[in-house]
Amino acid sequence: MRFGVVVFPGTWSDRDCGWVIDQVLGAELRYLWHKDADLKGCDCVILPGGFAYGDYLRTGAIARFAPVMEKIIEFADQGGLVWGICNGFQILCEADLLPGALIRNSSLEFRCEWTHLVVERADLPFTSGCEEREVLRIPISHGEGSYFADPATLSRLEQNGQVVFRYSDVEGRVRPNANPNGSLHSIAGIVNERGNVLGMMPHPERCAEPELGGTDGLKLFRSVMHSAVEVLTV
Amino acid sequence: MTAVVARVIVTPKPAVNDPQGITVRQGLATLGFGEVTDVRVGKYIEVRLDVRNEKEARERVEAMCRQLLANHVIEDYSFDVDTDGRSSK
Repeated sequence: MRFGVVVFPGTWSDRDCGWVIDQVLGAELRYLWHKDADLKGCDCVILPGGFAYGDYLRTGAIARFAPVMEKIIEFADQGGLVWGICNGFQILCEADLLPGALIRNSSLEFRCEWTHLVVERADLPFTSGCEEREVLRIPISHGEGSYFADPATLSRLEQNGQVVFRYSDVEGRVRPNANPNGSLHSIAGIVNERGNVLGMMPHPERCAEPELGGTDGLKLFRSVMHSAVEVLTV
Repeated sequence: MTAVVARVIVTPKPAVNDPQGITVRQGLATLGFGEVTDVRVGKYIEVRLDVRNEKEARERVEAMCRQLLANHVIEDYSFDVDTDGRSSK
């Protein structure tokens, strides 16, 4: 299983993702420079958090034109696993790989804190190690993470079961006061219809070791790892 | 070729929550501007381009708005173009 971690100028979570893949998971790791139109044979490509190209104009707006993105779009179209975290989620929306957009937090504050997420899809390569309705504790760190989509898109997401994570309280109840950024339908993460492109605002790479206060994030990395093993043994 | 200045205004769509606008409205109310009923905060983008004529300028700026300057999911845009009559090299 080979993970690729994309590095744009201004990306900041690339090394954190790399550490989890390489040191905690023990999987193969390649960093993918934004100017290289080459995914180096990776089985799962991660677009990590940060401020790609300074987030100028809009978050992710410039990053989506990077040479590496053309290859990522092709890879996603072929069913390859693409996982956008925080800024990566914003880039996937700008690139139309996922519907909707991430706008300024309703509080206007940059929020850096632990959140609880209820898992609504445990049948995906990214979540197969979780239980459905399981509550994960994963931190957020963003100023523009408020998920927005028009009503038709939202109802399509709900009907198709494309909402993967929702902000919740510790019991898994979706409540307005457990929503840290004003996301519509408390959406913290969505997947495309095919189930191979995931975008999420919370940072699983920041909670993959007990020293960091939690290991729930590791469940997602392990799920991806196991999904690849299953594919290989089929 | 003609030098043209395009002035592009990008605003959040009416259905999109605009916390910046709400905060500015509250600030204005605090300063005594109680007559303000709504504020929307957007972006102003000035683009200079060399084109054959105003029609071409409008087509090109329209394409720029659709492809990059505005995100159709959350933003509306409008622009005007100004030919100052000077020829560029």
